[in-house]
Amino acid sequence: MDKVKIRVNHLNAWFSGKQVLKEINMEIVENKVTAIIGPSGCGKSTLVRCLNRIHETVPGARVRGEVWLDGENILEPRVDPVIIRRKVGMVFQKPTPFPTMSIYDNVTAGLKLNGVRNKQYLDEVVENSLRQAALWEEVKDMLDKPGVSLSGGQQQRLCIARALAVKPEVLLLDEPCSALDPISTGKIEELISDLKKGLTIVIVTHNMQQAARIADFTGFLLLGELIEFDTTKKIFTAPADKRTEDYITGRFG
Amino acid sequence: MENIESRSYSIRKIKEQLFLGITFCAAILAVIPLFAVIFYILWRGFSSLNFAFFTQLPAPVGESRSGMANAIVGSMIIVGLGTLLSLPVGIFSGIWLAEWGKGKTGFLVRFVVDVMSGFPTIVFGIFSYILFVLTMRRFSALAGGFALALIMLPYITRTTEEMVKMVPQTLRESALALGLPEWKVLLFVVLRTAWNGVFTGIMLAVARAAGETAPLLFTAFNNNYWNFRLDQPMASMTVQIYNYAISPFADWNRMAWAGSLVLVFFILLITIVVRSFSKRVSYG
Repeated sequence: MDKVKIRVNHLNAWFSGKQVLKEINMEIVENKVTAIIGPSGCGKSTLVRCLNRIHETVPGARVRGEVWLDGENILEPRVDPVIIRRKVGMVFQKPTPFPTMSIYDNVTAGLKLNGVRNKQYLDEVVENSLRQAALWEEVKDMLDKPGVSLSGGQQQRLCIARALAVKPEVLLLDEPCSALDPISTGKIEELISDLKKGLTIVIVTHNMQQAARIADFTGFLLLGELIEFDTTKKIFTAPADKRTEDYITGRFG
Repeated sequence: MENIESRSYSIRKIKEQLFLGITFCAAILAVIPLFAVIFYILWRGFSSLNFAFFTQLPAPVGESRSGMANAIVGSMIIVGLGTLLSLPVGIFSGIWLAEWGKGKTGFLVRFVVDVMSGFPTIVFGIFSYILFVLTMRRFSALAGGFALALIMLPYITRTTEEMVKMVPQTLRESALALGLPEWKVLLFVVLRTAWNGVFTGIMLAVARAAGETAPLLFTAFNNNYWNFRLDQPMASMTVQIYNYAISPFADWNRMAWAGSLVLVFFILLITIVVRSFSKRVSYG
């Protein structure tokens, strides 16, 4: 039996009074890839942003419900969001390397700013994280170059390496390939499949083929409601709901 | 058809030329005073400038080896003190305005800061005079530095705010998602990203403060000798220039020209440094 890493119970979320998530219930399995698909504006991003409490940093944002991570409800006010975010990392749609930092400093930013000074350890982390992000071979001779000097696809892998450097247990990917070309997209999809050996991954995508290629489980979100959540195979071959079928066959969205 | 077209077109073309001519003349008119001042200062100042000017103390009328060394250093100390006092307050209030200044309090603070930047600078001199000179019963570099800090504060605050606001939200979120506390995100990621722009604002404030005379007249006062104590009167270039300029002696008038030249050159230098910096502002 697979172990559940994150359990979402009756999750509701609002943006300045407008409800964007309605009664979401789902279970995210450890060391698997879970994809969230759905048309633009359906609340996919908001859903994953609730899983590391980034949602609440936006003014006017509100959330109600429960998100259990390893038996702890992370939405409770007494839980420190900073600790949660160390366990649940995130990569965003647009590559966001820190513009003033070198490749090396970008990868180590999370550790250095949290007080890690051991040079040898940092060197190891940089190599491991960049290898995991399939970027090491391309940048190993230019670690002191600015992160922004890389191409878009490399920048996104740098951001993945940066997120991995703090050794999270869960990695949230919010449409990580939507700003990238097909070759870069392919590389990132490949590395996602490698990463899931030691990591629970949740990926938001508007690209259904991508979900079908890399995800073990898929959830279909429509207008803030989780219409269907099942194994990817089931969703794409025998969806239970008519709306899911319409969406994946391209009849709307 | 052809007739109508060419007639209206030629009139339109004349109007356009006329308009272009007027705007060009206005542009020339605007820079004439600047160049006139610079050339005049160069002409009058350069002939009075010598090595002694940078190394000697002010001397009585008639003595040839006279300089402004103490005033040059004094200006640096007073402006440096003003920067030191205004920098932390300006940067932190700028960050506060950018990150949490959306409500009523933010509006109020922003309004006060804007009003402050338009204040006659002598008002800050009077304020500092009451606060320091009257209570300490003497003129001091500290009082001068404080007056300059008040002048610099609104500039630093507002540029910091604008620059911090320009840092994309996704960059903040990426840093937060690494499990960094918010204050570290603001200082080491957001402020660091905005730093080139913030630095530009600081240098422009420094350039402005360095050229102030009125608020120093009755705070730092003046001093004909070396002084490195902050609780004592201190010479500054602007006040020294003022004193020399209003004196009846030709010698001293020449010193005023030399001082003006050096001061203008300093400020020009700062502005050029700022220009080269601000070109490099980018937010990836």
